[in-house]
Amino acid sequence: MENVGIVGIGWYGFSTNVHDLSFREMMFEAAQRAFYDAGGMNPREQIDAFISCQEDFWEGISISDEFAPDPVGGSMRPTMTVAGDGLQGLAHGFMLINSGVADVVVVESHAKPSDILTFPEIVELAMDPVYVREAKIPNYHFIAGLDATKFMHRTGVTREDLAEVVIKNRASGLKTGRAPHASMLSKEDVLSQEMIVYPLTRVDVARPVDGAIVVVLASETFARKFNDTPIWITGIGFSTDNSNLELAKLGDAFYLRKASELAFGMAKLESPLKVNGMFVDDRYSYKELQHVEALGVNNVAEKLREGYFHEGSYLPVNPKGGHLAKGYPLEASGLSLVLDAVEYMREGVSSAVVASWRGIPTFTGGVAVLQR
Amino acid sequence: MVHPLKEEELKEHFTVTYRPQAKYSYTAGQALSTFLRGLREGKILGRKCPRCGRVYVPPRLYCEDCFYPTSQWVEVKDEGIVMTAVASFISWTRDRLEEPEIVGTIRLFPSSPRDYVYPGLFHRICCSYDDVKSMRIMGKTVRARWKPVEKREGSIEDIECFEVV
Repeated sequence: MENVGIVGIGWYGFSTNVHDLSFREMMFEAAQRAFYDAGGMNPREQIDAFISCQEDFWEGISISDEFAPDPVGGSMRPTMTVAGDGLQGLAHGFMLINSGVADVVVVESHAKPSDILTFPEIVELAMDPVYVREAKIPNYHFIAGLDATKFMHRTGVTREDLAEVVIKNRASGLKTGRAPHASMLSKEDVLSQEMIVYPLTRVDVARPVDGAIVVVLASETFARKFNDTPIWITGIGFSTDNSNLELAKLGDAFYLRKASELAFGMAKLESPLKVNGMFVDDRYSYKELQHVEALGVNNVAEKLREGYFHEGSYLPVNPKGGHLAKGYPLEASGLSLVLDAVEYMREGVSSAVVASWRGIPTFTGGVAVLQR
Repeated sequence: MVHPLKEEELKEHFTVTYRPQAKYSYTAGQALSTFLRGLREGKILGRKCPRCGRVYVPPRLYCEDCFYPTSQWVEVKDEGIVMTAVASFISWTRDRLEEPEIVGTIRLFPSSPRDYVYPGLFHRICCSYDDVKSMRIMGKTVRARWKPVEKREGSIEDIECFEVV
């Protein structure tokens, strides 16, 4: 079983509207940067397989896998599509290498939500067609509201705590070049916002963003050919809770508990407190705390209040701003957290955990343990 | 306690109808935007790969063979050879058409029969059903029939069809 390392990563976009490039051109730009990052590799000769993570309704193109290979160097080469989050794609790339099928694999994901004119209606298409859609709920954030209130009731997390997450993440984004929603907010600013769905205001909810991300993975045998300091994926897993709103576990990210059990077991990680940073899906403010809890961190409300999750403290969570600052690039969201983690680790730390979620109305998430 | 289903209950199947509201506005991007602007001016523009020389019509910002940015705009002729054609009697909405719709692919000049890849377009061909059925249309030289300048809007529809020269 070969170890698997990240040897190159590239991105393009992270703008609310990349109006001058098509999604294919964005993929090409991100791919060029990833191959440059991987020592200037030639994708036409040095890559065994390509994986693209996308969903047809986001693309507005059915069988959109046909558009996947050529912008990333995969024309007439083995290419597969994962209809899921980029972190799930990363797990598939990991498996291809770990099983000995391939030595070098590219994982790509992109999002062009600015091309979607009826965004809420596309989200509605993901809901149960027989009775959830029929219920005509006014907006899709209601599921987050159900989940948030139950989570807060169980854990003692307050509206002030959620405001603290918003302030922390939106300010952290100011340090990166890809956070169009970063800003300095005061607690009063956040608490005085109008509610969208209780307990979430406009600033508690991340917005979709255009972006493309390409990751190059390589086996241990080949990794140092492309990069002197690969970042190893020592554990990875993903899981889906029940697709039914009533049967899935609300108030607790059960999907991430399962995914982290798999990933931590594989990485032989005894405690999540032993890593240097966590990069978790925070497309709703409460989700950051719920996801951190699902990774095995207890008493998240107290830890947040003590400053435990702030940068420079014991366990920085989303020190690059998370989705609240950057926006969430649909199926590329998991890879955007991986990108943050890789950049953070390249600044000098030795380990990180990435935890993704596929967003409303899913109960699907993935976890990766990264080490140097 | 057992409640056996009645015969008529077995025939009752529930269905829920739903009409998706899916609307998009696709960003054409750098390459295709220039291509569409070119059509408005009556020109067919392509991108050339500096490594292998392949000309992409419709244009791409990158060469898929070399994975290299295409770096040069070239104008190709609005004339070429019919490579294949088909006559369809059924519309997209499955209505029967009185007159068949004839479409095909055209290898645009300058290019030679020896080229494996070439600049080309998929478009309507103004010919008869008999031309297609007898395969006389194959290999024929055709030229774009452009809309009048004032009616062009930067769309593939600025070419009405390709007609035999």
